Amino acid sequence: MDLYARRILTNRVGIALSMVAMAFGLAALMWILWTLFYNGFSALSWDFFTQDTPAPGSEGGGLRNAIVGTLMIVGVTTLVSTPIGILAGIYLAEFGTTSRFAAATRFVTDIMLSAPSIVVGLFVYALAVATLGGFSGWAGSLALSLIAIPVVVRTTENMLLLVPSSLREAAFAVGAPRWKVSLSITLRAVKAGVVTGILLAIARVLGETAPLLFTALNNQFYSTNMSQPMGNLPVVIFQFAMSPYDNWVSLAWGGALLIALLVLGINVVARVLFRKKSSD
Amino acid sequence: MSEVAPPEAVDLHAARVKVFKLQDTVFHQVTLVFAFIVLAALVGILVSLAIEAMPVLRQFGAPFLWTDVWNVPEERFGALAAIYGTVVTSVIALVIAVPVSFGIALFLTETCPVWLRRPLGTAIEMLAGVPSIIYGIWGLFVFAPLFSKHVQPYLQSALGDVPVIGGWFAGPPIGVGILTAGIVLSLMVIPFVASVMRDVFETVPAPLKESAYGVGCTTWEVVTNVVLPYTRVGVIGGIMLGLGRALGETMAVTFVIGNANRIVGSLYAPGTSIASTLANEFGEADPGLHISSLFALGLVLFIITFIVLAISRWLIRRGTAKQGI
Repeated sequence: MDLYARRILTNRVGIALSMVAMAFGLAALMWILWTLFYNGFSALSWDFFTQDTPAPGSEGGGLRNAIVGTLMIVGVTTLVSTPIGILAGIYLAEFGTTSRFAAATRFVTDIMLSAPSIVVGLFVYALAVATLGGFSGWAGSLALSLIAIPVVVRTTENMLLLVPSSLREAAFAVGAPRWKVSLSITLRAVKAGVVTGILLAIARVLGETAPLLFTALNNQFYSTNMSQPMGNLPVVIFQFAMSPYDNWVSLAWGGALLIALLVLGINVVARVLFRKKSSD
Repeated sequence: MSEVAPPEAVDLHAARVKVFKLQDTVFHQVTLVFAFIVLAALVGILVSLAIEAMPVLRQFGAPFLWTDVWNVPEERFGALAAIYGTVVTSVIALVIAVPVSFGIALFLTETCPVWLRRPLGTAIEMLAGVPSIIYGIWGLFVFAPLFSKHVQPYLQSALGDVPVIGGWFAGPPIGVGILTAGIVLSLMVIPFVASVMRDVFETVPAPLKESAYGVGCTTWEVVTNVVLPYTRVGVIGGIMLGLGRALGETMAVTFVIGNANRIVGSLYAPGTSIASTLANEFGEADPGLHISSLFALGLVLFIITFIVLAISRWLIRRGTAKQGI
């Protein structure tokens, strides 16, 4: 009976601790989100979206230049990484099931998914900034693309591998060439999954700060010229949060809230989209 | 078919097949090129970092790795303080994240009501989606002040006199420092470790668990004696993935580590990590040895995380591919 009681007790303690762990995780999420809303919500105003980042010591100001910059940099990133990612994913799923080259590529994509993003920034600095004359929005997009592409490649490949081979064989049997099967049959069958991958990639790069520090840098002024240093939300948040000015810190919180809402919102949309498709 | 078809039709068909064949080859090559770009990017990163780091490696050689100097004006550089900070913060992160992630995975796979599994799992994954800069700003403005006021003094009075580990809690409780960075990092890696653990726990065949329950095991006994041994490889892979994430994390650490390039025994003391040194100094670094030593730091970080992530991937693959006994 003693042993029995002890086993029951161990079990209860273990289960209770697991619930504590779960509560800890949820509490951390809630705490972070609550802090964001508490500190960031008051910063969101009309000025926040229509004014540019203030000079040191001056009142008010907004994040218009940073918001526009982020949208442009991430937009270019999406345009670049979507086709590259999808085509590389098609290669891995349709042509590279056995080849050694494909195995190496698969391995590299998996590593790149978790590789330190600041190193990507260093690489782009050495490749583009130091050689092509300075910081620019393009360099920022290039760095973010290197982070987004692996996400798109992996989701595309995984989705394509879910397509039953009978579907491919049926298309081959009526005489369709391989490229047509890939693009019009299998890729179309997993459209929702691929879009999910692209959305996840966008969500991933939206908040990336480290790769932009030495590529897009920052720009205090409104600019839509991608060949110049470009304002962007993550770097502005970083600089303003570390600053001694109250209105800068407040803007940093507002920017952080905006980024978090965008990222989590995209994550939710991606999930809903994917779930709807996979339950069909 | 070709015997009955008129010759022109055969020719037409042959031409069509030829075109298809050509298009297929082109398509194959195009996709191959894009796959190659992905592969080339990684090699490119390694090569370019190595090239840029060359001057420093030539100047200081291998001792760069274990020298504890970072003197910009005198142009003497060593990576030890940054490597120390990177490793210690990551170890702290894992010490906290591994048990918590295990608890979360256990809860999600064994005790959680089925209807709650999905929302709770999603919430944990949301934690992974929060950008790292958010963790940083939260850590600096919210967590560090509370930690220095309500936790650090008590930790110090409780553990400060214990031999060996007492020194870890020495010094003024200023909030930012290596311990705080480790704790914030642990929150960031929990979702990654927890979701790998949950995934590998789900690969355990139900009959195996049911047999254990059948002979009267408690849930805790099933998890520790059946599930854990069965999924050992994948669990270690998940922990390595968390380690890889923690080692390379930049923004969250930069905000809260204190950015002091030195090694102090106390975990309360400000320190630096490879990634935070890069984030702080690279923008204003002078061309020459300074920038080159930052590239060398980046190279060290990349190689370490590459090895950790490669092992992790291999283990997770083995862990999730296993079916049956």
